[in-house]
Amino acid sequence: MSRASGPRSGDAIFASVERVNAELFTLTYGAIVRQLLTDLEEVEEVNKQLDQMGYNIGIRLIDEFLAKSNVSRCVDFKETADMIAKVGFKMFLGVTASVTNWDADGTCCSIVLEDNPLVDFVELPDTCQGLYYCNILSGVIRGALEMVSMKTEVTWTRDMLRGDDAFELQVKLLKQVPEEYPYKDDD
Amino acid sequence: MQFFGGSDISPSPPAPTAAGHNANVMYMFNRNGVCLFYREWNRPLRTLNPQQDHKLMFGLLFSLKSLTAKMDPTSADKGNLGVPQLPGQGCSFHSFRTNTYKLSFMESPSGIKIILVTHPRTGDLREALKYIYSLYVEYVTKNPVYAPGSPIRCDLFNTNLDQYVRSIS
Repeated sequence: MSRASGPRSGDAIFASVERVNAELFTLTYGAIVRQLLTDLEEVEEVNKQLDQMGYNIGIRLIDEFLAKSNVSRCVDFKETADMIAKVGFKMFLGVTASVTNWDADGTCCSIVLEDNPLVDFVELPDTCQGLYYCNILSGVIRGALEMVSMKTEVTWTRDMLRGDDAFELQVKLLKQVPEEYPYKDDD
Repeated sequence: MQFFGGSDISPSPPAPTAAGHNANVMYMFNRNGVCLFYREWNRPLRTLNPQQDHKLMFGLLFSLKSLTAKMDPTSADKGNLGVPQLPGQGCSFHSFRTNTYKLSFMESPSGIKIILVTHPRTGDLREALKYIYSLYVEYVTKNPVYAPGSPIRCDLFNTNLDQYVRSIS
């Protein structure tokens, strides 16, 4: 009988999935951000919209991640954060991230990206200084984790476009929601 | 898990006539108990209306899962019966068999439950269910006009599923 094998590595999955041209990807994302800036005018609104778009992607992407990575449970937040960094980022963006800055109770950590294909050709003009250009990523992580019952808050703490030396996302676990019986007795 | 003991299934239902008639019914639920998908290939008898039927199936799985976790002799950390667990927490079952059918079950950490009811002599279907999950990923979640959490109406998914299910033995 074939036993369920363990999770696959990010590299193995990355090698087997279909890929698109990196420039096409980067420029498409750029065009979306550009259009949002024109449509919404306020930088703050654009941040919000990007986060929402990311969330909508995340709640779908999680199933692809789970199906391809062969991960069978996400109960432990530490393991989960590691999975996102090592497998998730590799699988969907082709880069590896590292997890650092754990707080004492293990509910808050940082995901650090040294390399980020979204920003390849980007420089923020003076008018957009408040823009979190990659805010879609924080939304994706928030959405994906919500689908595995982890309510999180994801914020940028370092951003290379704002002069920092890396991209750093702080992921804070707010609560884990147990699975409840969804029906009431009387319906 | 096996009910009615051993491999002596009696009275035995007609042996599968040919490859392709092994599957009876499939259900898919999300974590909120919404029946995303129901497909029937061979179900001669229906006694409940669809809503009741779906609810009953979901309830069966939910209870069975918490029972199996509660009875786990290898784990100390199991809480009280019926207390909600985190998805993926505790052990779970993957199939049970009665004298007339076999029910195979898979749950993803995102709470998608896939249930396939087949002829009792079908083998281990865990890989098959994983494959069905990947069909769901390809043809449902990647379909931009599909709203997550709503019932699945994707022809491509249906066609591919039918085709695959026919090959299950």
